Amino acid sequence: MRQRDTTGVSLPSNDGFLLKLELHSDPQLLSVVRGALERLTEVFGFSPPERRSVTRAVDEALTNIMRHCYNGRTDQPIEVYCARVPPSGSQLADGLEILLCDQGPAVDPAKLRGRRLDEIKPGGLGLHFIRQSMDTVEYQRAGTTNQFRLVKYLQPSTQSRTP
Amino acid sequence: MQISARHSDSTTIFDVSGDIDLANSPEVRKALLREVREKRTPRVVMNLSKVRYIDSSGVASLVEGLKASRDNNSRFILFGLSASAREVLQLSRLLKIFEVYDNEDQALSS
Repeated sequence: MRQRDTTGVSLPSNDGFLLKLELHSDPQLLSVVRGALERLTEVFGFSPPERRSVTRAVDEALTNIMRHCYNGRTDQPIEVYCARVPPSGSQLADGLEILLCDQGPAVDPAKLRGRRLDEIKPGGLGLHFIRQSMDTVEYQRAGTTNQFRLVKYLQPSTQSRTP
Repeated sequence: MQISARHSDSTTIFDVSGDIDLANSPEVRKALLREVREKRTPRVVMNLSKVRYIDSSGVASLVEGLKASRDNNSRFILFGLSASAREVLQLSRLLKIFEVYDNEDQALSS
């Protein structure tokens, strides 16, 4: 067990690991994951707007996996790992890392850029929301697994503490 | 998510509650397009005051409703946006594209 007291609430952790979720690619479960992320980001010390941003990014990433990696099949596996990571680069505080893993076909990185917003049309907004919300957005293929890595760092000036 | 409709004169108000996400945005889209394209209702109003969360597929449904209403020369109005819903429309640079009001009175008197 290890205690960190640099940011937010001091959480007992094991190499930063906080939470793992395993779910099927069923859109009905998106609200369940959002509920878990809302609580986790609150305990982690994010401000209300930051909590909404992180939750939105994870929700949109899961939506993309369900729609594009699994083509709407609702029985495929998805894993979500959440961990505390130390500050990186110019960041001053710890971050929340969320790793989303699926077993769908490899993703063409060219399709992960998102679309321009100067045209009013439905669709293609999810990636934009993810990039707007998170400090780090990365994709890699590891064997047969797609790994989407999202990180959001705490902002020392805005972080809120919970009792 | 639940969606119900109130009809009066030339206006239909959709009362939506719950979260709009991939699980149910097709239902919202279907209801909106039926009202705008098939019934050709002159004014369609979305009461989002009990909607806590809208994802990109929900925004896409609203955009389709807006585009259909423009094609029909009808009006498409939103009111009662939560902080989350407002943020998502701002992020997508759509907040100024929609006709948005704080409450139903303002929406209906506009």
